[in-house]
Parts: sequence; C-alpha cells; structure tokens
Amino acid sequence: MPTSGEKFDVIVIGAGHAGCEAALAAARMGCSTLLLTLSLDTIAYMPCNPSVGGPAKGHVVREVDALGGEMGRNIDKTHIQMRMLNTGKGPAVYALRAQADKVLYQQEMKKALENEPNLVLHQNMVEKLLVENGVCQGVVTRTGATLYGTTVVLTTGTYLRGKIIIGDLTYESGPNNQQPAIRLAENLHELGFETVRFKTGTPPRVNKQTVDTDQMEIQPGDDEPRAFSYETTDYITDQLPCWLTYTNENTHQFIRDNLHRAPMYSGTIEGQGPRYCPSIEDKIVRFADKNRHQIFLEPEGRHTLEMYVQGLSTSLPEEVQQAILRTIDGMENVEMMRTGYAIEYDAIVPTQLWPSLETKRVENLFTAGQINGTSGYEEAAAQGIMAGINAARKVQKKDPVILDRSQAYIGVLIDDLVTKGTNEPYRLLTSRAEYRLLLRHDNADLRLTDIGYEVGLITEERYRRFTRKREAIEKEIGRLRETKVKPSPEVQSLLREIGSSELDNAVELAKLIKRPEIKYEHIQQLAPAEEPIASDVAEQVEIQLKYEGYIKKSLQQVDKMRKMENKQIPKWVDYDQIKGISMEAREKLNQVRPLSIGQASRISGVNPSDLSILLVYIEQGGSHRVSGS
Amino acid sequence: MDTDTIAAISTPLGEAGIAVIRMSGPEAIRLADRIYQGKVRLSEVESHTVQYGHIVDPDTKERVDEVLVTVMRAPRTFTREDVVEISCHGGMIPVQNVLEAVFAAGARPAEPGEFTKRAFLNGRIDLSQAEAVIDFIRSKTDRAAQVAMHQAQGRLSQLIQSLRQDILETLAHLAVNVDYPEYDAEQLTAQVILEKSQKIEQEIDQLLNTARQGKIYREGIATVIIGRPNVGKSSLLNALAHENKAIVTEIPGTTRDVIEEYVNVRGIPLRLVDTAGIRETEDVVEKIGVERSHRALEEADLVLMVLNYAEPLSEDDRKLLQVASQHTTIVVVNKTDLEPGFDLEEVKQEIGDLPVVRMSIKKEEGLNRLEEEIAQLFMEGKAPSADATYVSNARHISLLKQSKQHIRDAIEGVHADVPLDMIEIDLKNAWQSLGEIIGDAVKEDLIDQIFSQFCLGK
Repeated sequence: MPTSGEKFDVIVIGAGHAGCEAALAAARMGCSTLLLTLSLDTIAYMPCNPSVGGPAKGHVVREVDALGGEMGRNIDKTHIQMRMLNTGKGPAVYALRAQADKVLYQQEMKKALENEPNLVLHQNMVEKLLVENGVCQGVVTRTGATLYGTTVVLTTGTYLRGKIIIGDLTYESGPNNQQPAIRLAENLHELGFETVRFKTGTPPRVNKQTVDTDQMEIQPGDDEPRAFSYETTDYITDQLPCWLTYTNENTHQFIRDNLHRAPMYSGTIEGQGPRYCPSIEDKIVRFADKNRHQIFLEPEGRHTLEMYVQGLSTSLPEEVQQAILRTIDGMENVEMMRTGYAIEYDAIVPTQLWPSLETKRVENLFTAGQINGTSGYEEAAAQGIMAGINAARKVQKKDPVILDRSQAYIGVLIDDLVTKGTNEPYRLLTSRAEYRLLLRHDNADLRLTDIGYEVGLITEERYRRFTRKREAIEKEIGRLRETKVKPSPEVQSLLREIGSSELDNAVELAKLIKRPEIKYEHIQQLAPAEEPIASDVAEQVEIQLKYEGYIKKSLQQVDKMRKMENKQIPKWVDYDQIKGISMEAREKLNQVRPLSIGQASRISGVNPSDLSILLVYIEQGGSHRVSGS
Repeated sequence: MDTDTIAAISTPLGEAGIAVIRMSGPEAIRLADRIYQGKVRLSEVESHTVQYGHIVDPDTKERVDEVLVTVMRAPRTFTREDVVEISCHGGMIPVQNVLEAVFAAGARPAEPGEFTKRAFLNGRIDLSQAEAVIDFIRSKTDRAAQVAMHQAQGRLSQLIQSLRQDILETLAHLAVNVDYPEYDAEQLTAQVILEKSQKIEQEIDQLLNTARQGKIYREGIATVIIGRPNVGKSSLLNALAHENKAIVTEIPGTTRDVIEEYVNVRGIPLRLVDTAGIRETEDVVEKIGVERSHRALEEADLVLMVLNYAEPLSEDDRKLLQVASQHTTIVVVNKTDLEPGFDLEEVKQEIGDLPVVRMSIKKEEGLNRLEEEIAQLFMEGKAPSADATYVSNARHISLLKQSKQHIRDAIEGVHADVPLDMIEIDLKNAWQSLGEIIGDAVKEDLIDQIFSQFCLGK
C-alpha cells in the first residue's frame, strides 16, 4: 500500500481501458508507477458491448499492440469469438473484431497489472489533484493520503459527476451502478478546466435460457484462427456464436406509444449523445420509414447466460424495456436481467490538451480516454498508451511522442480531439482517416514497431523478429521486381487455369501480381522463391505490389501534409499581436495553440490567408530575434 | 520551402498592349517548357534572357499565342525561386488562354499575394516591408472573398454543390459499407459506382462545355470578312458596325498590329478581326494572298464570305469559296438589287450546305437575315438567357478538369477491378477539387452525411 507522502514517477487515476495501458506503459518504461482505482473489481471493465475491434477500432488495437500495449494480447487470451470483417473489400479496410468474455478479460488484465514489477495497484478514490504554480505534484485520496507523482495521468471514464437515467428515474452513479467521482469533478472546475456534459447509453441484458435462438440467424466466428497481437501464437478455437434478429412494426408502435416517457424527449437528458450510437427510440423517430432494425444478441462470456442486446440501447422506463424486448421474434418470453440506461458525465474540452495529451492549463497532468470526449474501449486504450508513454517521457526529460495522421489511426484520433475538439462523444471511423490505404490492419507493425522499440516498450527479441520480417518483405519485393517470367507453355497454361490472360512478352513478377486475379501463391507457382516465405511476409508483398499505384497516390498526399507539419509554430507567437488575422481565427488559435502550421490549417475557422499572415509574422519575429541577439 | 509552382497574371487586368503571366517555383521552367515552342528549350537557355516563341496547348499542341518568355533562375529573382515570365498579347482573351495553358501544364493558381509572400519568406523583401505585405494579403483576400461570395450565390455554385452532394452520398454509402459491415444497408456494387461516376463525369463535361460557351461571351466570336476587291466587304463591315455600335480596339503586338472591332449581334459578341486591312486596302486577298488568308481563317470562329451578285463568279471567287467551305462560313451574296451575274446554284455546288444570305447592303436589305443566321449558328437560335451558367474563369476550368481526371481514375479503377474502398480515394479527390471551386472542402460534411443518411448504432 502506498503511504501518505510517498513519491512515484507516474500516478495513473482510473483502471479502465485507458488507465491500464497508461500504467503498464509507464511501468514498462522504467518509471515507478502507481495505479489508483475506485474498485479493483472493475479493472478493464466493459460497461457496454462485449466486443473489441471492428473497422478503425480494430486497427487501433493492432496499433496499440505494435507500440507494445496490452489490449491486443489480452483479448487474444479471453475472446469467445473472432471475425475478420470486410474481407470482400480492399485490404485497407479488413477489420478484426472479437467478442470478449468480459469477466475473463478483466481477470487477465488485472493479472498483467499485478505482475508488472514497477507497478503498484491500489484501490482508492482520488478527490483532488495537488497543483502548485500550474504544475501537478500528485493527488489527495478520500482516505486523506497525499501521494506525489512527477506526472499524473487522469482517466476517469464516465465517472465524473456520472448520472444514470432510466425513464423518470435519475441518480448519481458511475457506469453499472458504480460510485461516481463528484469531488474530483469539482476540483477540475476549480483548476479552471472547461468541461462539457456528454451522454451515452447501454441496452438491456437478457437471459439466454429465455431466448428462442431457432427463430434467429446464427453469427459464428471465423474458422481460420485470428489474433490481434503480433505476438500471439496460441489461438482459441472453441468459439461461441452471436445471434441476429429484428425489431418489427409492433416494436416500433409500442415505442411510439411510449415516447412521452423517454427522457430523450421529455427533456430529462441535457448531455449530448453520439449520433453513431442512437437509442432505439431515437432511431424510430429519426428513421420513421425503416420498418425493421437489426438486433444482435451477444454472449457476455463463457460462464454466464447473460446476453447483450446490441441495437436496443435505450433509457425508456424499465417495464417498457421488458415489453419492447418481448415484441421481438424469438424473445416473446424473454427475461431482462439488467435494465438499459443512459448515463451523463463530464468530459473536458479536449482542445485544452497538447497533442502529447498533457493539459495546457496544468503542467505534468495528462488525460486520456472518455474524459477527453471519446467513446469506445479502443479509443480509450489508444489514448491511454500515448498518455502513459508521454507521462513517462516527461519524467525522463525526453520529447513527447506524437503520431501524425499518416502514421496511425491513433494519430488521427488525437489530432482530431486536440485540434478540432468534439461536440459529441467521439468515435473513430475509417472515413476520418485521409490516408486510410496506408493505415492498414495488416501493416500496423511496420508503421509503429520502431517507435515502440525506441520508447522501450518492445523487447529486443520481439524487435529482432520484426526486423527479420521487414527485411524478408523487402528482399521478396526486390526479387519480384527483378524476376521476369517468359510466355512459356507452362506459364500460359497456369495463367489460363487461374482465368488470367496469357502473356505476349516476358513480364516482371511485380507487374504480373498487379492483375486482380493473380495472388501471391500463383507467383510462387510461376517462380518459387529460394527460401520459404512466411505467410505474413507474403501478405505484405502482395498488398504492397498489387496496390502500389494507389499507395503512391496516398504517399504524395502525405508529402504535401508533411511540409505543412514541419513548419513549427514557435512558443513565443502571440496571436493577439498579429495584425490582420480574422477574429475567429485569433480566438481559435489562442484556444488550440497549434504546434505546426499543418495543425493550424485543420482548425475550422482558420483560413489560408490567416495562415499566410501567421507565416509572415513568424518569419518577421524570427528575424527580429536573430538581429537582436 | 514550397515545392509547388504557382502562376498568375501579374499585369493589371483590362485592355492593354501586352500582359505578363508570372510563374514561380522549382518546377517553373520545366512546366513552361511543356507549353513553349521556340528555337531552344527554356531549360537550356541562360538565366535572365528573353526568348521568342509560341505558347501551345499541352494536350493538343495547338498554338495559343505568340509570346516573349523571360527565364530567371533562382536566387536572383523576385521570389528567390525559379521564375518564368510570359509576355503575351494584352486583352482578356489571350491572357486567359495562356493562363489556362499554364495551369494545364501543372502550375497551381497563386493565392492572393502569394508571390509577395514567397518573396518575403525567402528573404527577398526586408523587414520594413512586412507590415505592407500583411495589408496586401488582407486586402487581396477581402477582394477575393467578395468575388467568391458573389459566385457562391450564383448558379454555378448551386450546380457544383449538387454535384458534390451526389458524390457525398456515394462516399457516405461506401463509408457505411466499410465502417458498419454488418448493417443492413445495401452493399454498393462496382456497377453502381461506375454508373454514378459516369453520370458525374457527364455533368462535369457539360459544365466544361459551358466553358466553351462562356468563352464566346468573354472573347467574342472571332469573325473574318473575306472576298474579292469591291464586292462590299467594307460596306458589310460598316453596316454591322453602324447598326451595332462597334467598339474599336487597337492591339499592338510584338510582331503584328491588329485592329479588332466588337459588335453585339443579338446578344452575341462578334469580334471582327483585322478590320484595318479591309478598311485601308479593301483588298485582303491581294495583300496577303490566298495561302495566307487560309491561315488567317484558321483562327476564325466565323467567316463571312462576300460575293458580288452583279458580276459572274471569278476564278478568285471560286478559290475563296473552296477555302471558306472548310470553315464555319456564311456566304453573303451582296448587291441583289442589281441584275444577277451568276446563278446561286453555282455557289451551292462549291460550298454544299453552308448558309447563303442574299443582301443589298446599299438598300439596307438582308442584314436582319444575316444576324439570324449568326444567332442560329452559335446559339442554336436561342437568345442567351441572363441566368445561364458559364464557367469562364481559368481557375475554375482547371479545377473542373482536375475533378474530371479524378472521376476518370475512379472509372478506370472500376474497370480494373480495384476494391471500391480504394476507388473512394478518387471520388473523394473529385469531391475536394469541386469543393475548391466554391471554396468549401470541409471533411466533417462526410461524417454528418453518414449519420443523417443511415440509421446506425448499437
């Protein structure tokens, strides 16, 4: 147990998906780390859907893994099903998704924390941040202990002034009836942080015994073994299915009849909810012409019959929820085990953060996860690992690691938050990424392992394995570029077999593989490599060559962006002194304080002429300094 | 610093003897070479020298204008980058044409004050001028904003917006297919993308076509009057000019002096070319010869070929008719008040289907019919309507062409079986290029569209 007055390098508040990654990263980077949580029983708790991954989110899990994070490894050990989504589309949007055993997921994560040498895990509620002269020094707990930390990472999830809403019923609460953090929320206001009120919700859970799955469509996992982590070698083969059913006209009529009891419409809810996660009542009002909505039943784990009713998020009164459930095919006799609810909570306006996730207002204080206005376990984990890395680097007096929009979805996520802010709980979507083709599920290791190694989260052994893979890819691509196949009878006959057109002249393998119907395995038949090629190497060779033209297009756009990104905005810039920029631009620039012209260009309300003037001003000030010195 | 090459007209707009188009950037000389024809390639000439040559369309290689080109290599230039200055003929027409060619070659339209900005950032202008630079950028921008505002309310903006909305809905649909693979939205197929892309391409083509019509409005229809001496060319010119209040413009050039007169025929501006020749000598054929008049005709949009009805068709008449029959020509048979010297059928044999108008300029007969014919030829008889959309700005044309190229890439992608989520890259580029025309390329639109078009969530 940490004693009052004890000093740590890094203190992490909250052990959700952000807090766990932050604490593990800091500890693994050699910092003495304290992780404080309200309850040791809710470590890495999934208060909403029992799944990890999917488009953009699954990409993020891979990125967290490539940086040396825990989420990928943990879900690989604890899932009940995995599926690769979008396999009919291009490789950039392949997306892995796992159904989790929620309890197992928590237990495994807790084990990882407990076994981490530099990490102290302790149950306690933080009531106050210790801040002196704008610098965070540590925390004060409810039990009165003062604990010092060189840096502090705050990951409060939906606990800050949390309020649960079910019909007319409202009460102060964290998720799933956990105790909310009230004092800490007040403390953040005292420190001058601007907060917003967000809302999210969760559907009811039902007992599988009372569901007739014969009336539903089965949704099994993939036969092929899958894993998020590049390190996983053991695969779970025993999988559980999910089930698909639909709402119907009766459901909709029933909801319409009870709309006046929905807090959404009675005005009980003040928080801004996410558009991508509307409640069932919201769906029926906004999309009145849709005569049915999908409902997925997802097991909450292996050792329980509790099922999550995806698609039926609601804050209608309890008895209405039960009645709605019973209008659905296969659920005529269903028993609701937990009631769905909406939850409101405080989030800080994320433009108050630097891209390192350190707050501008209080030095050495970092925030990550839902407190920054996001939603989703993966989004939280992504910020968690970055905040952990940067909190540790601050202790080590090193520059922060900032991923840009062409390096990772994590970069897109954080840049969006700190540059544009968000007026609803923010969820990652592939369409938020400009360079989606570069940010693929398959190449997260190629994009980020170097960085993970450099900060100290990737072991020597793993890094050696990675560099061998990278060299093998380069070597094989080189071979395919140099090797030509001639239109020999064997070659022509093989091409005919594949359904490809015959060759007129000798052609490089690298060109041949660009044909849509030609796969890497065909190349191996036409001209085998000397040494066997691993399947993950083959995958890279095929994707990188087949889509070379499009990848080049994206890289050209990245070059343009980089030029703007590389123009730094010095710290001495005073936007109030710049003559000629618009009022709106001045206000936004003062708020965001972008680090580069590139970041400035993404702020809404800052137009090209403002940027020109800013550039001129920087140049002018720079020359002043030179001549003055 | 910046690696793209910018271009803009750097002389004041309006009628002037010559105009200068300035290009600046690391690619300036290479890009200029793509549209320049002269004795030596610009990349091979010495710095700070002037070359004589022609600007040609980079695709068709058609000559656009006769020019003098000054090549100045970095760093001894205004911007401290490589600079090429093209001196072309003044007036809106040649300048816009040359500018279009420069953009087509790959230069980007300069932002307001960008040359000055580059000069400053590259250390060419000293500190005391910095304030002035800021004011300069501000004022230019305000003016540009006014212009943009004006256009934003116009029909062009509406058309572009509706085109963008079409693309946006497709993008949103593709995004939903990708981000919500299990959602029961219909999966977009390659066939649907192909059809949508082709439709969008057609609409961009239509807009580009209006650019050609817009050009007619901006530049007028280049009209040449030909005929033997004393057939009434001068009278025709005077009649057209008198009736329509000609505006005479003198255009001294580097190698030629041309006089043009603008007349407005039923809302269509005719630009009567080389009227000086007609007025002074009344004898274009003898002066420049049939061969050379043939070349003069090449540049004309409309040829008015005048015959004297009172005299038999001469050998010269027949030669000219043959030449004229290869162009957009109206044959004007003058002096129909006198005894006929030939049969109109003879003319028809020479020229086929070309329209023939009988006139007596002296008696003021037939001018109306001639004007009708002209209107018929260029506006299909329709009077131009005040609210029609014309794309007339070189920057708009260049962005429309870019959009079209992105759409072409998308269509080729579909044909090559490229996954749809990659084709989306091209569609998004098209959407952004179109957005630049109306000064609007905000990405949040897409996210908004996704959630208003589809009912998603857990």
